[in-house]
Amino acid sequence: MNLWQSKFILQGIQEAFVKLNPFTLWRNLVMFIVEIGSIITSIVTIIYIINNQSYSLSLQITLWLWATVLFSNFAEALAEIQGKARAASLRSTRENISATILLDGGKSETVSAALLKRGDVTVINEGEIIPGDGDIIEGTALVDESAITGESAPVIRESGGDRCGVTGGTKLISGKITVKITVNEGESFLDHMIGMVESAKRQKTPNEIALNILLVSLTILFIVVVFTLPAFMRYMGMATGISILMALLVCLMPTTIGALLPAIGIAGMDRLLQHNVVAMSGRAIEASGDVTTVLLDKTGTITLGNRMATEFITAEGTDRNGLMQAALYASIADETPEGRSIVALAKKELKIHGRDIRQPEESRFIPFTPESGMSGIDLKTKKIRKGAYKSIEAYIKKSGGFIPDEIRRTADRIGLEGDTPLVVAENRRAIGLIRLRDVVKLGIALRLAQLRRMGIQSVMITGDNPLTAASIAAEAGVDDFMAQAKPETKLEIIRKYQHQGQLVAMIGDGTNDAPALAQADVAVAMNAGTQAAREAANMIDLDSSPTKLLDIVEIGKEILITRGALTTFSIANDVAKYFAIIPAMFAVKYPHLGILNIMHLASPSSAILSAVIFNALVIPALIPLALRGVKYRVTTVSSLLQKNFFIYGIGGLILPFIGIKLIDLLIALFAMI
Amino acid sequence: MYYYDIIFITSFFILLIISSVLLGKYMAGLYDGKRTFLSPVIRPLELFIYRLCGISETEEMTWKRYARAFVIFNATGIAFLFLLQTAQGFLPLNPQRLPGVRWDTALNAAVSFVTNTNWQSYGGETTMSYLTQMLGLAVQNFLSAGIGMAVVLPLIRGFISRESETVGNIWVDLTRSVLYILLPLSIVVCLVLISLGVVQTLKPSLIAHTLEGAQQVISVGPAASQIAIKQLGSNGGGFFNANSAHPFENPTFLSDLVENFSILLIPFAFVFMFGYMIKKSRQGRALFMVMLILFIMGLGIMLYAEYQPSPALTHAGLAAPVNINMEGKETRFGVLWSALWSQSTTVTSNGSVNSMHDSFMPLSGLVQMFNIGIGEVIFGGVGVGLIGMLFYVILSMFVAGLMIGRTPEYLGKKLGPYEMVMAMISMLLPMIALVIFSAIAISTAAGISSLNNPSSHGLSEILYAYSSAHGNNGSAFAGLNANIVFYNCTLAAGMLIGRFATILPALAVAGSLAKKKIVPDSGATFPTTGVMFIIVVISVIIIMGALTFFPVYSLGPILEHLFLNELKLF
Repeated sequence: MNLWQSKFILQGIQEAFVKLNPFTLWRNLVMFIVEIGSIITSIVTIIYIINNQSYSLSLQITLWLWATVLFSNFAEALAEIQGKARAASLRSTRENISATILLDGGKSETVSAALLKRGDVTVINEGEIIPGDGDIIEGTALVDESAITGESAPVIRESGGDRCGVTGGTKLISGKITVKITVNEGESFLDHMIGMVESAKRQKTPNEIALNILLVSLTILFIVVVFTLPAFMRYMGMATGISILMALLVCLMPTTIGALLPAIGIAGMDRLLQHNVVAMSGRAIEASGDVTTVLLDKTGTITLGNRMATEFITAEGTDRNGLMQAALYASIADETPEGRSIVALAKKELKIHGRDIRQPEESRFIPFTPESGMSGIDLKTKKIRKGAYKSIEAYIKKSGGFIPDEIRRTADRIGLEGDTPLVVAENRRAIGLIRLRDVVKLGIALRLAQLRRMGIQSVMITGDNPLTAASIAAEAGVDDFMAQAKPETKLEIIRKYQHQGQLVAMIGDGTNDAPALAQADVAVAMNAGTQAAREAANMIDLDSSPTKLLDIVEIGKEILITRGALTTFSIANDVAKYFAIIPAMFAVKYPHLGILNIMHLASPSSAILSAVIFNALVIPALIPLALRGVKYRVTTVSSLLQKNFFIYGIGGLILPFIGIKLIDLLIALFAMI
Repeated sequence: MYYYDIIFITSFFILLIISSVLLGKYMAGLYDGKRTFLSPVIRPLELFIYRLCGISETEEMTWKRYARAFVIFNATGIAFLFLLQTAQGFLPLNPQRLPGVRWDTALNAAVSFVTNTNWQSYGGETTMSYLTQMLGLAVQNFLSAGIGMAVVLPLIRGFISRESETVGNIWVDLTRSVLYILLPLSIVVCLVLISLGVVQTLKPSLIAHTLEGAQQVISVGPAASQIAIKQLGSNGGGFFNANSAHPFENPTFLSDLVENFSILLIPFAFVFMFGYMIKKSRQGRALFMVMLILFIMGLGIMLYAEYQPSPALTHAGLAAPVNINMEGKETRFGVLWSALWSQSTTVTSNGSVNSMHDSFMPLSGLVQMFNIGIGEVIFGGVGVGLIGMLFYVILSMFVAGLMIGRTPEYLGKKLGPYEMVMAMISMLLPMIALVIFSAIAISTAAGISSLNNPSSHGLSEILYAYSSAHGNNGSAFAGLNANIVFYNCTLAAGMLIGRFATILPALAVAGSLAKKKIVPDSGATFPTTGVMFIIVVISVIIIMGALTFFPVYSLGPILEHLFLNELKLF
């Protein structure tokens, strides 16, 4: 979405004027004081004009002070417009939707989606738009969530599981579902999000409050410094005007950061939204920048979630091709992910890729049952079975056979390596093994390494035995893992880490994740997750992508960095402004102090005006930076600080000297004063 | 400067740093409640005092109780000292029959000695009786220093403790500071000074007959004992009006070295102690580097300014052969040791002088005022100096923390709005009050009537006086006659603001930090021991000082410096 369209700009300018209203502006104390200063200089200028005194400088100062306030308002308005536009485009999908509500006694009624209440039960048919956020209570469906997530592949949602949540505005592609609406209209997170980008409703985060305290304190200090100055000047035989004092005050006050502070916060929310994450509070976003520990579910987050066949191991005296063929036949009708992975691996190894393999005629597929612990196929000539070592052992022993020691040893070894052995038997003779392995997702190790470089440790949670867990943990590169974890374990682990002073983030989707989500400092619920999980979380990931935490952490950091950088910049700027204004005020009486005019500004008036103009213009110049945020790169903390300190501290020290000098040259060129 | 000067000053600092590291380690053990090598001697006395005062050694206080005790202790001290001075005419040990002290002078002196400022608007030997000097001023020299050392401890404990409500026991902290640190050290220093010729007697002033036949009153008294503690405890109030420039207070080069050493010893040691107490000595060393660099920068400017003659003397052809600025300096100390003392006394809120700060070059005056004006944080007064520095660190870490994308923290404690409010009060309130009081003084008849010098030098004198009061320093640009009601009262107010606005917020922060958890160090924590940290803190200190004082300094010392180059003098 391009913000720099004339439509948005015009709207921003309009709102900049509306925001001049002091009753709303006082929320931003720094700019409120600038507005008071502008009013005072306006009055002074009018008095000058009435008294026929020279008013040119005072008038120009006044105009630039007003411009300073307007630029600040414009920045805030622009950020709001951007956020609202994004939210509105999401919301537009929901308008003109009707919903079929089931009433008591089996009757139904069609109402507008806008009238849905929490607890209503609606029926949605194929091709219809889901009218509101809710949980599926009956049925399975394929849902197109692209309107919200931008992801084109449809997703499966079904009742009863952890994937029962549906979002209003998404489209049902196939199936028929009954949905219980879980939020009242106006409370859904889209509405919540729209509220978040309106600064008036936005709650300030603790960091923002602390920063505001700093800015207001500095402002008070500068008010004292500036308004005691006439006393010292009078003693030294000098006098000065109120407009000039106001100009000095506004230049010294941290107006740059004061003006852009609201915009930075709003733009942060918006950037999060670009990543398809909805935050429930600004506080949660900032906390994510502080996260020190991340809890990750093994299944689905670190691994693909299913065991995959990775190797065939033959027993002595067995032909490798025979083993693979047997495994292939045994799995051909097996629709489980493991079964399919065996087929795929066998086809690859046998180099029969692409050829269609069908279940032979007159064969019978033996599906997996928990009692037998194995599955297989009965062909005309042979019976093939595959299963866990114990099950196959029992199966063979029943007919008086035995399993060679070698197979047992190999099975043990595979288990020790954290994988799962599957024994293949042909006609009650063990002919080899298949190694099933939990496959770590592509790129996950890299992301975890990035987390570590950011100073965040990752903890993997899994219900697996410690051996399997350790193997996966080592492969993915997590810092710690918790094996044989029960759902309650998550809550305990979070408490344990929090007690050590860690800030814990977790991603969850199931109802049994809800207590842990509520306890975690940063809790991201997947949009596809249950309502309970979504309510316990403070962020919702519309993509339901478990690695989204990394983006969230980065955005959280970027918001803080942007604030810190602009604060440093703002304060560092003051040095140059002093060197412009102080000699201008004193050097008329004491030419010796002209030595402080190191920029060689043309005249006292142009020096003061240049400083004020620079101070005003730097705000719109930095709006893009405030909205975009200072980029966070994964690197060591010291080099990050070094870089930002150099750019915004030293840069902030030097830049205004150049800027003020240039403006002064222009003023002299156009003889503005 | 000669090569042996460099050898001398380098060995002075090496010896000082070694001693302060050892002392810092000793203090850390002491405040942690461990046995020290002095325990066999002092422990019985300590326990006796606890029994006598009904203090339970193991009882812990919340920050509010600690703060309340601190306020009551100071208020009582001020009231007692005020009454003692006004009543000294009727009290014994007054061989010179000095009358009661005037109310405003007495109030100023009472506040001054209790707040560890030791600003003296009067001449000590001609105003205060021996009883007042010993029972009032000398006792406060110990107590104000002791309490100043005590109050930094809650703040340090705040960084160490986890989810704790209490911050220590003020009476135990005070008693230990006095008994185990100040008393033994001052006995040693006192004996050394007596051996070097410093006066220590209870006899009245001597009457000498000069060669011209005139009578001269020579003041003597129990000076050495008071000088030892005044230097060790950042007090600085002289027994004699000329302070440590007086030959009876500071007779030789050697006594000067000992006294200058005493000025810096405990403030240095506190920084190292901080590192030992938090069990991260590198953190203490980093803060030490911040302070040392600022110290050397200031000293460097001062030496540069003083090692050249006044342009006026050069112009008159009188600068040769010395070619340095010796005005207001004792010949037995010369430029180097006068400048070192001046830098030491202004950074540590000590305030004793061995030369006249008024007569330093304007640029040196600028350095002195800056040292005091930023709140006495370059080593600073015993204990409280570290508080001021920690507040600057909190501010620095706030900005730095944001710039690395984390909620600001220091030593594992998150810094939130509460800490920010307190840091701002502590840092800015004294600065703001200083500027306001100076502006009032300079625009009222009462304020200007005391000035002996016009124009920018007069401005500097007033600025220096209020800086000295707010920084609890106590030294003066001598041109100002401050013993009038206006100055006595406003300076007393300044001293109170400087003291309480630093310490009370520190106790509040201590309470808040103690309640917090400690975030363990991770790769995402900004290392507060590295070069970057040192650079950031130094920048913050300089920028904060410069932003506050640039306008007034440019009219005061900077303009005076420019005038001087044109041979315009005041």
